[in-house]
Amino acid sequence: MTETIKDKVRAFVIENFLFGDTSYDLADTASLIENDIIDSTGVLELVAFIEDQFGIVMGDADIVPANLDSLARISAFIEARVGAPATA
Amino acid sequence: MCGFGGYFGSIPDAKHLLERMVSAIAHRGPDENGVFVDKEAGLGHARLSIVGLGDGQQPMSDESGELTIAFNGEIFNYVELRDELRAKGRRFRTSSDTEVILHLYDVMGEECLSRLNGDFSFAIWDRRRQRMMLARDRMGVRPLFYMNHGGTLYFASEIKALLQVPGVSAELDPIALDQIFTLWAPIAPRTGFRDIHELEPAHLMIAEKGKVAIRPYWQLDYPDRGASPLFTDDRAAAEELRALLTDATRIRMRADVPVGSYLSGGLDSSIVAAMATGMAPQGLRTFSVTFDSVEHDESAFQMEMATALGTHHSAVACRAGDIARSFPEVIRFAERPIIRTAPAPLYQLSGLVREQGLKVVLTGEGADEVFAGYDIFKEARVRRFCGRQPGSRMRPHLFRKLYPYIPGLQQQSAEYLAAFFGAGDVPLDDPLFSHRPRFKSTAATKIFFSGDLRTRLSNYDAAEDLASRLPAAFGRWHPLHQAQYLESRFLLPGYILSSQGDRMAMAHGIEGRFPFLDHRLVEFATRLPPEIKLKGLVEKHILREATKDLLPPSIGQRTKQPYRAPDSHSFTGVGELDYVRDVMSEARVSDSGLFNAKAVTKLYEKCQSQPVTGFRDNAAFVGVLSTQLWLQAFTGTSVRAAEAA
Repeated sequence: MTETIKDKVRAFVIENFLFGDTSYDLADTASLIENDIIDSTGVLELVAFIEDQFGIVMGDADIVPANLDSLARISAFIEARVGAPATA
Repeated sequence: MCGFGGYFGSIPDAKHLLERMVSAIAHRGPDENGVFVDKEAGLGHARLSIVGLGDGQQPMSDESGELTIAFNGEIFNYVELRDELRAKGRRFRTSSDTEVILHLYDVMGEECLSRLNGDFSFAIWDRRRQRMMLARDRMGVRPLFYMNHGGTLYFASEIKALLQVPGVSAELDPIALDQIFTLWAPIAPRTGFRDIHELEPAHLMIAEKGKVAIRPYWQLDYPDRGASPLFTDDRAAAEELRALLTDATRIRMRADVPVGSYLSGGLDSSIVAAMATGMAPQGLRTFSVTFDSVEHDESAFQMEMATALGTHHSAVACRAGDIARSFPEVIRFAERPIIRTAPAPLYQLSGLVREQGLKVVLTGEGADEVFAGYDIFKEARVRRFCGRQPGSRMRPHLFRKLYPYIPGLQQQSAEYLAAFFGAGDVPLDDPLFSHRPRFKSTAATKIFFSGDLRTRLSNYDAAEDLASRLPAAFGRWHPLHQAQYLESRFLLPGYILSSQGDRMAMAHGIEGRFPFLDHRLVEFATRLPPEIKLKGLVEKHILREATKDLLPPSIGQRTKQPYRAPDSHSFTGVGELDYVRDVMSEARVSDSGLFNAKAVTKLYEKCQSQPVTGFRDNAAFVGVLSTQLWLQAFTGTSVRAAEAA
């Protein structure tokens, strides 16, 4: 399950933010902000992807770097929240 | 205002070459043209007649015939200088400012530059000494480019004139491209063209006896932090500022043709227009550009100000598709790739001024650099504030206040705001502290560089290159002054005054004049305490104080709205013209060798499909498109860029 989620997230990030550049060495724990992969508009694109793809409704409190700033964090967040309610 | 070209050396068929050079920049001077050919040097000139309409033809020689000048621009204090020179027995044959420079050079040599208050670039051929002198104004309003080809020095107001020299071909400089995709502009003297250089603002060049020497004649300087303030109370500072700005505007109204004013609806151009209205007994003409999109349009403020001043106002609408239609011409005139479309509406605006029969406009450009108006100054202050308490959840909310016009930012958490602006991440003593987030977010566009280009650039770092050029005193200045220096010394001449300024105005033969860049006002403002320029998070505080009686409160108290234009979305929908699809096609992008063609195709598709596009994607799209258009305009479609040097 975790692997599948991470694969989907990785594929989205590569397609949408790295424009298909599979040669980019994107570590699971690499910060998407510090590595200039994502900007403020990109965060909203990522939220839309998570909501559409995994049926999660993200509350404002969910949209923080602690949940979304690396492939590993995004995957862990989704895994924990699939089927669970959003925080306020 | 005009354009000129010339050479120093011995070349065949000089007259025809000069005629071709002048013809290439005829848009700068549609009124007259002329050439001068000597044994070892030549000058050509295209004239836009503004001062001395009947007797200011150029190139102009002095009475002895030993000195000859080609001059682009205006010397605003020429009346006072001429009176001084006459008092010393000098006789004038014309009513032009051009002749004043010739006399002053004859008396003072290159030291004459210290006496000139103006926007200028010129070349003086001194036959007696067999030397060519080139010079450019202090802030970089007027352009001047040069190259050495076959042992001859060539120079011109625009690069397209230099490309007329036999054997010269255009090659894109990869380092310049990296600088544009990081800093928004090449670092002078580098231009977008390999082996073609720009004479830096406030510099002169002396070429004689086979040698070329370049040196500054003026420097932008700030007091050391902690130095005694020039003023201890706002009122005295405001009075002095008002007097200087009034005089700066007064001498910029000098012309033998009517002078109009741009009116953006913001504080700076409103101040200039208000001052000029009182100095234009025939009434002032004002000009604006409007946008369909609410987030870019300021027409309500423009109309309010025009009505308040009683100006004869004209506006041109920048509608969907207009930017795309003009963009190839914009790049041909800008002569460099750009990462924003903002010059395009200004190209339209200068066209409107020309249609309405004017040649000269005042603008409010420069106030944001001189009096600390840009958001980036406030952003740096907030970042320092956040850096003092890195875990604070409250402090980063201030970033929202800075950028109300960026929708994506308004919805972000405090944690994300802190992360996006690198609050606490950049060392406080980093000389580029104020600009690091901008440079970093802009450099993210380089993800689209091809593997080949990255290899050629090796480990080149544009931001570090910039940092290495800062003056020794820079580290002793207040952080706000450091940030102002970076804007004033690099981005102002490198982008604002060139790609958005001179090039877009002169494309239609329009001369822009900039009261806020009068060097007396600039020098005065550098010595003002930082806290009366940026007071808390209120930008240009002292300027507002000095001019509050001139403007309606709704304008005078208005928070700065940066001038922006729609970027990638200008080229989708009705703006998706055939040429856009063509130059952005995978085949054409691949052919240029500069960008990852597959990634660019995905970027194009993303910009087409999404209603909102982020900063990086917008900048990358415009950057790639403009680079492709640059290659098409100057090198032919299939020519690759030069090796990095």
